Order: sequence, then structure tokens, then C-alpha cells
Amino acid sequence: MLARKKTVGSVALKTFKRGGIHPPDSKHYSEKAAIETMVPGDRLVIPVQQHIGAPARAVVQKGDTVQRGQVIAESQGFVSVNIHSSVSGKVVKVASYPHPMGRPVMAVEIENDGQDSWAADLPKYPDYKNTDPQVLIEHIKNSGIVGLGGATFPTHVKLAPPPGSKAEYFILNGVECEPYLTADHRLMLERPADVIAGLEILMFISGAPRGVIGIENNKADAIAVLTKLCANRSDIEVVALQVLYPQGAEKQLIEAVTGREVVSGGLPITTGCIVNNVGTAVAVKEAVVDGRPLTQRVVTVTGAGIKTPRNLLVRVGVSCLELVERCGGVKDSMGKFVLGGPMMGFAQGDLALPVIKGTSGLLFLTDGQVPLYQELPCIRCARCVNVCPVGLLPSTLGEYASKHRMDDCEEYDALDCLECGSCQYVCPARRNLLQYIRYAKGTILARRRQAQVAAGGKK
Amino acid sequence: MAEEKKLLTVSTSPHIRAGDSVQRIMYDVVLALLPAGVGAVYFFGLPALVLIFAAVASALATEYTLQRLMGETLSWLDGSALITGLLVAYNVPPGAPWWVPVLGSVFAIAIVKHAYGGLGYNAFNPAMAARVFLLVSWPKYMTTAWIFPANTVTSATPLGLVAKVAAGDAGAASFLSGVSTWDLFSGRIGGSLGETSALLLLIGAAYLFWRKVIDWRIPVSFIGSAMVIAAIFNTPYVLVHLLSGGLLLGAFFMATDMVTSPITPRGQIIFGVGCGLITMLIRLWGGYPEGVSFAILLMNAVTPLIDRYTRPRKFGSVSEGSK
Repeated sequence: MLARKKTVGSVALKTFKRGGIHPPDSKHYSEKAAIETMVPGDRLVIPVQQHIGAPARAVVQKGDTVQRGQVIAESQGFVSVNIHSSVSGKVVKVASYPHPMGRPVMAVEIENDGQDSWAADLPKYPDYKNTDPQVLIEHIKNSGIVGLGGATFPTHVKLAPPPGSKAEYFILNGVECEPYLTADHRLMLERPADVIAGLEILMFISGAPRGVIGIENNKADAIAVLTKLCANRSDIEVVALQVLYPQGAEKQLIEAVTGREVVSGGLPITTGCIVNNVGTAVAVKEAVVDGRPLTQRVVTVTGAGIKTPRNLLVRVGVSCLELVERCGGVKDSMGKFVLGGPMMGFAQGDLALPVIKGTSGLLFLTDGQVPLYQELPCIRCARCVNVCPVGLLPSTLGEYASKHRMDDCEEYDALDCLECGSCQYVCPARRNLLQYIRYAKGTILARRRQAQVAAGGKK
Repeated sequence: MAEEKKLLTVSTSPHIRAGDSVQRIMYDVVLALLPAGVGAVYFFGLPALVLIFAAVASALATEYTLQRLMGETLSWLDGSALITGLLVAYNVPPGAPWWVPVLGSVFAIAIVKHAYGGLGYNAFNPAMAARVFLLVSWPKYMTTAWIFPANTVTSATPLGLVAKVAAGDAGAASFLSGVSTWDLFSGRIGGSLGETSALLLLIGAAYLFWRKVIDWRIPVSFIGSAMVIAAIFNTPYVLVHLLSGGLLLGAFFMATDMVTSPITPRGQIIFGVGCGLITMLIRLWGGYPEGVSFAILLMNAVTPLIDRYTRPRKFGSVSEGSK
């Protein structure tokens, strides 16, 4: 068992205070693989929903010619963003396609003409410091930028907090606490100047005087590179964090860096902090300075079930099958395909799915790594209680949820669960604790919605 | 090449698990209990072996038979019945007849564990409840059937002597002064099978701490609070209270039983302190020379209440008086 470093020299590494687990970080599969650009194949499928919020509405139809960076679906409302074509070519079909989140979603299928020509006159603001931040926020929305850490929350919404709030810290999330994933690591290592440039833009827009880049201590090279670039400035600081899952969870990261706790149900801005993934920062830089809307992202293809793990720069809409081929194919022992990381990712039944904005990784686990366990009764060992970052009682919630006692689940704060999976990870009785809690959360929220409707839909 | 479509496992996150299992935890406890068992045979001879074997065999047999009769999935080899058997034996004096631990094991497994819902659902520590059941049903065998290791000259256990001293018996005091600290620590004293050797119990406890099977909160608060009371109210015999009787066996192996103790950190401290205080209350002012079993059972009874009122502070909760 490796001893986890808690200090650098004699200074304790910052971390969130309660709970957390140490899954094997499994970064060795891909952390040394430099990012390779994938040339997209003949067909791309680009869904209109790749973000939290209202799906975009397709504005092209079969037969239309499109350029790279052209809007093919328009945002519908405030919490929504545009979708752009990732290649130049022709629209083959606008129809419903399988989607990584499980339900079919409207998507635009494009035949790639191989020219890779960008749309003309895409707006850009290289002199952004002399531009009204509101204009830049609108531009970020129009450029389709969403949180690339995986949550895909529209970035412009975070940059337009409620009136009266003040940003003190802009925190970049370079933690990448999920095992196996190394996309952010390689991005920080290979494009540190762009990461910092993106942070500067975000600090300007939000008015935050201080910038912090939080990085878990298992990425010493990235910490070193970014620290060197920030060495002679006092407005941006690189903070090395203890390797502890879920260090990269937004509220945990804020606590680690600033010591402040976001109130339950509240927004991070109430603590004076705004958090964005490092990949999002690079996308912001590309949109603002280079005039490039979001059409590609770094994806880690990894796991014991893939022949050659790699970090790939992939266009949105490319099929996972192409990535698998680029990585030598799957091994016969491959038994589970997860989009994202092993703690919070989504297992899929089919490889024929498009890479979307939130696809941080393709994880291939082997049959031996995913046995189907029988649940045993809870032995009240309290490991789950000890690891929960929120201070909940997962075993109690599991018992109540399995007996459909939703009032008790609500009283025991099921809705505060981060769904980080630490409880289910440690349970020796192999109880599916998180699944019970999710069931409770879903039921409680549905009950609340029904109650609102019944009460005449009041606010 | 025609490929057979491979079926992928699809389930919700998380997709990885830590390696621990209930079975591994149980067998770690069994391993931790073995040194004390070996010590029992060393100090008390063949009778100890017979009693341990009888207790374990009847615990396993009872669980197997019950589960077959009730049509339940067999789990008798998961290690929990084995632990109960060992602990029943360890709580019995070495001179007791073979059928005493047998009845204890049957009671522990059938009534205290399975009648209350089986593993994870029992309210009371099965071995502890069995000890009390045996104590009140066959007090003679449970309080006088001592065997003494070679070279000891008394007919009562150290705690028994302490009780006699409190009652004014001068002879008891002189006997006690002849018991050395090393005797108390190594186990060269009278007592139930598993409780005499502090040394061997501590070795087992150290293993459990290393394997992260037990947490420091219950043992430290149990022993700590008992020692505070002993130091204040029975100062000359603090070491006797610590090293003899069921305190160490109880604090490290019985109060720490996961199913019957609180799951919250603060709750575990309250539980431990409660056990320590009640143990000493009974030892010093109650009718029995030993109070560990009653203390643990009483705290088992209030464990659900303790859990309810010691929920950890939720991350993001607004605390009184903060901004």
C-alpha cells in the first residue's frame, strides 16, 4: 500500500476536510502519452444536447453545406448554448440518434468533406481587456463553451452571477481526481500558456483579482510547469493539493483552496469563488482570442481493456469506434465501457456513440475488474460514514431508500449527496449505496415537482 | 471476420470497488482473537481447548441448521458465527462444564442473532448477551469454576479479590499484593478463558488497528473513562481494573462489534464512555465484581438513539453564529 504524501517538505498539502477515498489512480496507462490530434473520419453525429440546460434547436437541414465553426443548432434560453459543426461538409440527416446519456437525442449527421475549412468572419476579441465583459460573456455563450470537466454546465452562466455577488477567486480545476483520466494533465503539461491565458480572460470577465490553479499532487510535472510560468506574478497562484478523491468536486475544491464552505443548496459565488475546468479555460481562450467556437476536446482512451491507451484531441461528433480503432482496438477481455471516469462515469452498452463536449474519457475495464457482486446486509461498519465528503450517513440512507421511506431520506439529507460514489466504493458488503441514494433523490425531487404543480405551479 | 456481439456490463457508477469484503473483516477478527485462545490453552490446559472447540462447533452448527431449516442462503462460513463462538468461549471460566459454552453459543446464534434478523440486524452483541444468559442461569459455573495457572495461590480472580477488599476482607488485600504487574499483564492470573492475558489481547488489537478493522474511538473512550473512575475512586487497584477482568477483551473485541455499536464518530465516543462508566459503576458499587457485559449490553440498547442524535455536521450546513 503506497503511503499518500500529505506534505510537500514540511508544509501540509491543502485538501478538503471531511471524508474522501484513495482509489488506485491508474494514471500510468496514459499519463505519459502526449496528446495526438485525431483526423476525423467520414461521418460525424453531433447531438443538440451536450450541456446542462435547454437543448439547442437544429437550424440546418439535410443537404445544407456547413463550415467548421458554423452554428448548426441554436441555444434556447439563458441556460443553453449553441452547437457548432466540428468539420466542413454536408448535412446528411437531422434525426434522433443514440446518446451517451441513455435516451435518444436529436442530432445532426454530417458527411466530412475533408477540407477542414472554417466558417468565415467568426468574431474574436484579441484585445479583450478593452471589451465590455458583457460582450465577452455573450460571445462565450455563442461559442458553445460549457464546463469540460464533464458536468457541461454553460460557462457564461457561471460568469454572470446574481447581482450583488463579488468574485474574489477564480479557481481553475486541474485536479482531475477521477482515476484513469489524464486529459487535463496532458493539457496543462503541453499547453500551459493557453491555460493561463484562459484564466486571465476569465479573471477579467468576472472581475476576480486572484486566480488559483488547483492541481492534485500526482501531477508534479504539470505543477512545476505552471508554477514556473506564474513565478513572477502575484495575481495567479498554483496550489498543489493532496491526492484524495473527490478533490476535484467543485465545493470540495473551494474548501481546499480557500477554506470556505458553500452553503447547502447555494452557489459557489456566495463564497466569492468561481470554478472552471482547465480545459474550459483553454476553450475560452480559443473562443475569445482566436475566434474559434468549441468543436474539439482532449479525450483519454484508457484502461486495461484497450490495447494502446492514448490522449487524443478529438472533434465533437466523432464516433467512439474511431477512437477505439486509433488505439489498437479493445482486448477480448474487455467487459465494461465507461464514458468518463470509473467513479462517476456512465457505462454504455454500445461503442457506436459520438464523442460530445463532456466526454473526458473512454475507459475500458476488463471482465475481471467488474464482477457482479451479491449484496450482503449492512454490517454497520461505518466505512461509508467515514468517507462521505458531505457528512451523510450512506448506510442509513441506503436502508431507508430500500424500504421506500422517502421522508426519512429527505430528513437525512439525501439531496445533499454529491453522487461521488465513495460510499459504494468502500462498502465491504458490496451494497449499491449510491444507487439507493440516487433512487431516493429522484423520488424526492419528483415528489416536490408534483407538489408544486398541485399547488398551482407557484414559484 | 464475423464477430460475435460481445455483451457489455452496464450499471450506474461507481464502477470500481475497494477490495474489502465482510468475510475478510470477519476472518481478520478471528485471527486477532487467536493469540488469546492460544494463551488460554497455555495457561489453563486441555479444558480450555475443549471449551473453545465446543463453543465454536455449536455456534457454527446452530447457524448452519437454522439457515437450512429457514430456507435461507447459507452464510455460516462467513466468519461471524466463528467469532461469536470464540467470544462465548472466552467469556466462560476454564472450569465450566463443556455444555455451558454450547448453550451459550446456541443462545447467541439462534436467539440473539437470528431471531432478531440475522447478521447486521441484531440489536445486542450475541456473545455478550450469551455470557449474561449463562451468568444468571448457572451462576455457580460462571463465577466460581476457576482454574489457576501454576504458582498462583488464590481461589478468586483479581477483580473478585478487589471486591472482597472493598467488603473489608484483609486477607484478600494481602493476596492481591502478591500478584505482580507482569502476572496481570501476561495472564498468569485467574479469569475467564480469553480475558486474562492483556498482552495477547493487545497483540490481537494491534493487528485489528493495523488492518483498519477497528477504530480508536470506542476502545480509547471505554478504557479511558473506566480508568478515570478507577483512578479517582479505587486508586490502589487501577492496574487490576485495567489488566484483569473483561475490560480489554470487552473494549477491543466486544464493544467494537460493528453491528451493535454506533456508526457516527461522536456516537462512538459516547458509547465508549458509557461502557466505561457503567462498567466501573457496577464494579465499585454494584452487586457483581465485573460489569463489562452489562455495560456493553446497556449501551447496545441505546445505540440507535445515540446514532439519531449524533449525526455528523453536514458539509454546507449553516452553523449557529457563523456568517
